[in-house]
Amino acid sequence: MNTATVPTAPAVASAVPATPPGVRAGASRVTAIGYGLLLAALLAAPWLGVYPVFAMKLMCFALFAAAFNLLLGFTGLLSFGHAAFLGGSAYVAGHAMKVWGLSPELGLLLGTLTGAALGAVFGALAIRRQGIYFAMITLALAQMLYFVCLQAPFTGGEDGLQGVPRGRLFGLIDLSGDLTMYYVALAIVVAAFLLIVRTVRSPFGQVLAGIKDNEPRAVSLGYDTARFKLLAFVLSAALAGLAGALKTLVLGLATLADVHWTASGQVILMTLVGGLGTFSGPLAGAAVVVFIENRVGEIGAFLAGVTGIGWFAGLGESVTIVTGFIFVVCVMAFRRGVMGEVLAWRERRRAAKAAPIAPAATLAANAAAPAGAAAAPAGAGRAGSPASRPS
Amino acid sequence: MEILGVSVPALMSQVLLGLVNGSFYAMLSLGLAVIFGLLNVINFAHGALFMMGAVLTWMAAEYLGIGYWPMLLLAPLAVGLFGVVVERLLLRHLYKLDHLYGLLLTLGLTLLVEGLFRSVYGVSGLPYDTPALLEGATSVGFMMLPNYRMWVVAASLTVCLGTWYAIEKTRLGAYLRAGTENPRLVQAFGVDVPLMVTLTYGFGVALAAFAGVLAAPVTQVSPLMGQNLIIVVFAVVVIGGMGSILGSILTGLGLGVIEGFTRVFWPEASSTVVFLLMIVVLLVRPAGLFGKER
Repeated sequence: MNTATVPTAPAVASAVPATPPGVRAGASRVTAIGYGLLLAALLAAPWLGVYPVFAMKLMCFALFAAAFNLLLGFTGLLSFGHAAFLGGSAYVAGHAMKVWGLSPELGLLLGTLTGAALGAVFGALAIRRQGIYFAMITLALAQMLYFVCLQAPFTGGEDGLQGVPRGRLFGLIDLSGDLTMYYVALAIVVAAFLLIVRTVRSPFGQVLAGIKDNEPRAVSLGYDTARFKLLAFVLSAALAGLAGALKTLVLGLATLADVHWTASGQVILMTLVGGLGTFSGPLAGAAVVVFIENRVGEIGAFLAGVTGIGWFAGLGESVTIVTGFIFVVCVMAFRRGVMGEVLAWRERRRAAKAAPIAPAATLAANAAAPAGAAAAPAGAGRAGSPASRPS
Repeated sequence: MEILGVSVPALMSQVLLGLVNGSFYAMLSLGLAVIFGLLNVINFAHGALFMMGAVLTWMAAEYLGIGYWPMLLLAPLAVGLFGVVVERLLLRHLYKLDHLYGLLLTLGLTLLVEGLFRSVYGVSGLPYDTPALLEGATSVGFMMLPNYRMWVVAASLTVCLGTWYAIEKTRLGAYLRAGTENPRLVQAFGVDVPLMVTLTYGFGVALAAFAGVLAAPVTQVSPLMGQNLIIVVFAVVVIGGMGSILGSILTGLGLGVIEGFTRVFWPEASSTVVFLLMIVVLLVRPAGLFGKER
């Protein structure tokens, strides 16, 4: 039993416009049931033999990926420096809780604020350039923060910051037990996830979607797109900071690995595997990537046994090969990601269900073309395919 | 002789080392710019291919007994061929999509290539001897200049300026520039643009491999040697802008020298100075020193 199985079906921001209301309600019911099942599974997970610390680590990465997706999937900005917000906040929150003796809730708040502040600086610099430069600038700035963390006295250098106490939440709830910590972490991650969903569905989120689709048009409509992009960047960085601070609280340590650019690459991969621009994609992607990286040794041993090639047995030592391979496969052949494929499949099925109405309309429109009826069920999914459009 | 409490020979040797690093920045950012111009792809794998050039050089000496000089030609050829295969098999299918997929694919390739080499050679440096011809140092009166470092600067300058000449002054370069401007029109004139794109990518990565061969005797050859370099080169590209070839070369060399000075006067900042300069440039001149405002 593992939390990695997330057969949920979410709603996409850019749903196909002209769907009959009945079908739409059915779809959102499926979505609600899916999320309900996921939440129930997460609530029950510690009682089903899932190791709480592993589940919490996974949730931190899921939150990190969801925050990243707010930027890439819903605003169209590729930040290659999100490790800076995760790792930077992890250090600041860890230092505050360990050395200054801050309570956990203040530590998390400080971590979130650190993420927001770093995000404001990175964002303000990076939005001065467009497109591919944006990614390069964020990557370079994050690398700079990496070197600062490598040299700064309070980060503990190569050893990292260790022994951060969990303390008492609001001075009342003792977090030292894994089970208590688990439910607190779950509550925080769910709240942050709902905030992301709310943001995307808000008028603000609609403007972000507009910027993603066509920035010049958003400008011509009178939106100050630079300000919207910066706000989205700060929000995403703040949530990534929350994920970093929570990770420090859970694991009791902050390491250089969290600030390294490979962590930025990892969050891109999680989002890509799960599905860009879907709510549930980053959750599924984080689960898949963390699961594979944890089990890569066993997978390698299995492959070595099946193929008889001894080299596979050493795969556990070099996770990057596997990560790189998944990257290449995803970019070449699987760009929608896991949840993107699920959504597309559901979209096709919905179109097929709605089809009995469509052929009639098509037949009426061009009775001279008998092929129209046959083509309609297949073509209905693609809105505006010339063959089936009644003119 | 001293400047600000630092002896001139010590300062000059850091400046020369800076020029060596600057040569690598120049060659790598030049390759990135040429590839981006025609393919619209930021080649994240550039650092990994630089590493491949260096490690292939080491392997050739270790297993086949092939020395430095032949590898100066063979390693770029081998890596260039690898690039051609990558372009034909993978990159080609991504041109119609968003820029970001090209970056992500080459990021994946980087992880794959570095991971493969790491699984064989680990992360520690592999020593590579300076070729006998270039051992030792030449006296220029007040100090000794290491021969190999001077060779690196001279060789990379020659290659960079040769590239500049080929692109700006020859017929082939004219096709290339036209292809950068409007590939469809060039295609309509009967130029085989897809072939040109493939060869451009091959040439760009061969340049990275050439830099890798030059780097083998001066830096530690290791599977991770390209990783940090590529991010600095990205900052160099942001500072210089990708619009001008001579601009890329000048920016690369200049930043290398500045880094050398920083290593003398403020060692702690030597790893971050390029990024700090990038911030300054973004604030003052967002399009980059040689970039065009859009």
